[in-house]
Amino acid sequence: MQERLKARARELLGDGVVTRVLGWKKGEFSYDITPAVFESAEELERDFVFDGFCGANLSKYLIQEASKPGKGKILVFLKPCDSYSYGELLKEHRIAKENVYAVGIPCEGMADADRIRARGIDGILGIEHEGEDFLVHTLYGDERVSVKEALAERCLSCKSKRHASCDELIGEEGEDVPDDVRFTEVARLEAMTPEERFEFWRGELSRCVRCNACRNVCPACSCENCVFDNPASGISQKAAADPFEENMYHIIRAFHVAGRCTDCGECSRVCPEHIPLHLLNRKFIKDIDELYGAYRAGESEDGKNPLVSYTEGDVEPSVVNERGRA
Amino acid sequence: MQVNEEFVPTIVAFCCNWCSYAGADLSGTNRLPYPANVKIIRVPCSCRVNPTFILRAFQRGADGVIICGCHPGDCHYTTGNYYTRRRMTLLFSMLDYLGIERARTRVEWVSAAEGQKFAETMRSFVKDVTALGPNRRLEDLRCRKD
Amino acid sequence: MKYLPTARLDRFLEDAAKLRKIYVPVDGEQNRAAYRLWMPGTVVSKALNTTRSAKDFFFPQTENLVGFRRTEKKLEIVDPRRETEDFAVFGVRACDARSFSILDKVFLSDPADTYYANRRAHGLVLSVSCRRPAETCFCTAFGIDPSAPEGDVTFTDDGEGYYVRANSEKGEAFLESLSGVFDEADEAGEKEARAQTKRIADRLPLGTLPLEKFGGGKTKDLFDRPEWSSLSESCIGCGTCTFVCPTCQCYDIRDFDTGREVRRFRCWDSCMYSDFTKMAGGNPRLTQKERFRQRFMHKLVYFPENNGGEFGCVGCGRCLRACPIGMNIVKVLKTLAEDGNES
Repeated sequence: MQERLKARARELLGDGVVTRVLGWKKGEFSYDITPAVFESAEELERDFVFDGFCGANLSKYLIQEASKPGKGKILVFLKPCDSYSYGELLKEHRIAKENVYAVGIPCEGMADADRIRARGIDGILGIEHEGEDFLVHTLYGDERVSVKEALAERCLSCKSKRHASCDELIGEEGEDVPDDVRFTEVARLEAMTPEERFEFWRGELSRCVRCNACRNVCPACSCENCVFDNPASGISQKAAADPFEENMYHIIRAFHVAGRCTDCGECSRVCPEHIPLHLLNRKFIKDIDELYGAYRAGESEDGKNPLVSYTEGDVEPSVVNERGRA
Repeated sequence: MQVNEEFVPTIVAFCCNWCSYAGADLSGTNRLPYPANVKIIRVPCSCRVNPTFILRAFQRGADGVIICGCHPGDCHYTTGNYYTRRRMTLLFSMLDYLGIERARTRVEWVSAAEGQKFAETMRSFVKDVTALGPNRRLEDLRCRKD
Repeated sequence: MKYLPTARLDRFLEDAAKLRKIYVPVDGEQNRAAYRLWMPGTVVSKALNTTRSAKDFFFPQTENLVGFRRTEKKLEIVDPRRETEDFAVFGVRACDARSFSILDKVFLSDPADTYYANRRAHGLVLSVSCRRPAETCFCTAFGIDPSAPEGDVTFTDDGEGYYVRANSEKGEAFLESLSGVFDEADEAGEKEARAQTKRIADRLPLGTLPLEKFGGGKTKDLFDRPEWSSLSESCIGCGTCTFVCPTCQCYDIRDFDTGREVRRFRCWDSCMYSDFTKMAGGNPRLTQKERFRQRFMHKLVYFPENNGGEFGCVGCGRCLRACPIGMNIVKVLKTLAEDGNES
């Protein structure tokens, strides 16, 4: 697949359809892949990579890249879940579509090096894909892990292999994946007592270091200036000063993207403390689906998001009190 | 905090200028009593209430937050309270998901003619929050008064 | 030479905990190891390192400096400092152990930071040698020996126990008061344990790095290199690298009004943030490229320039694992060490 992407990128560069290619660049190891802009066939040949570790969602970079004056079109490779983020950004008019050539690419799920490490494998020098397995070369000998066991949580609960928005497709178009496991964890938390939920979230959120990675990586967080960067707002942007600050930050972060979050899972991927932030976003998605009808952010470039629309017969907020009290 | 002292909660009520604030006014002119620990903040429309306002109120010592607006369909700006309804439903659901007590937040629709309803609503909300005791799960320890 | 068999580690910690609070790395949620107060029953993590560095003990993320309270017409100044208790940190690796001497240079040079100095005076560092370094380790590139970490007391791990050696008077006194738990051993065992670690350290893929082009006096060579643009282009401007870093030392001072008093606190700052070095009249570092460059120039050029050539990085590798976009100091070093023929 990597070679097909490279070849197509070379063609489009050569034909002058695009002037730059937004893709993934090789790292020191198999897993430290960096999003990068390639401007020539030589750069592509030397550094371009596409494999099971290209988890980074490239769509947010398009806000900047597609607005560079006089730079022409940029080619971007979008995995199915990335294409939803792209679609949502187009809907919000955050990306100049005329400057983007989006190529949809298939995805079988992306691996997470920390899941491999969690199996007690350390000193990872290189990882090779061999059939159903990853062959992991380490400082302490070779190890084998099944690809499925190395997949990131978000890929195990993938919502769709079908692309939302793109100009061209490489490979076969996939299909939606039934949501049978995506909300399992949210439902498990909902079934707990408030005390248990409070303890659960306190344990998770108390690890927050306020690095803001979840916010900065989020394709839905596209404000020029964030409320958390405004000292006049009374918010301690970088101080993990009090449990309240952690709750405040995470509630508001999730609320600001409610109805716009495509569940791409980047927030949880980048968290240095592995806080399951996607469970906050998924709660909003689940509530929206249940209360206002099934909705998938980013699926379409038109229409209204659930939080900027209403119906006269909407449920009252007291529904929250009635739930779970048969 | 002394144990035997009766707990009097601090309540913040965000009231829309056109209906609920006038409703509060009416309950006052009609001498309908409601607890003095309800602090009213007037907002142009209930949909002006940003979730940060609510969290900020809890941070600064509120034990309960209530948002009052015009009845759906009667919004001075036609549709504002419809948005309030969706936003607050989702926000309250999220607070519940984080284990914050459900009864600390409420939305009520109170028209300018419903002075009686305003007073009753506040009495019942204060009663509910009093039963819960002080807000501990969404408080900021730095701002604690005792 | 003292020796502590692993089986007796709990007894050592139990005895030590009677003398002072003792913190140990503990496995937490989602495979994150973190320092926790040792209590009977606490299981010491076998992880190579904690997610956050040990600098938190001496330079916490948030710290109250002073408070102001007004009563009628009087302004009262509140000193929030309490007498710090003696404490010890067990399990500090060579990288973090070296980071303290880097932080010392910043915080203990005149005028000394009394908040930091107070913690340093009360803290005891019990370092442990590494048995299984990770691929992301590159402390050796900065002249750090993972088999012989610094600290008040060094525990050299041979897989079955620890050779224990005091490096300071404080450490000596500490061991003296706990002498009951140790066996006697000869130095040959310690030597062998070190040699084992060294054999692995020699095979580390990032064990040597091209540092010749970095260090004091290299500002002019490096500052305007065109590579900064491509290196920084995908940086998302989060503070992850700076917050997990054991040597990042920048902080911000802010006020918080609690309603009864104003508290002046300091918190870690990050050069990656858009408001870093924001001051009256604007911000001298307007783009992410400039902020990104600051981080690496600080560690690789400015710090050595002001501190006798010592680099401001200890090669713990935390940023290599944590960076959301896989950019890190090693890539920066390697890219800039290539001849700048593009310029």
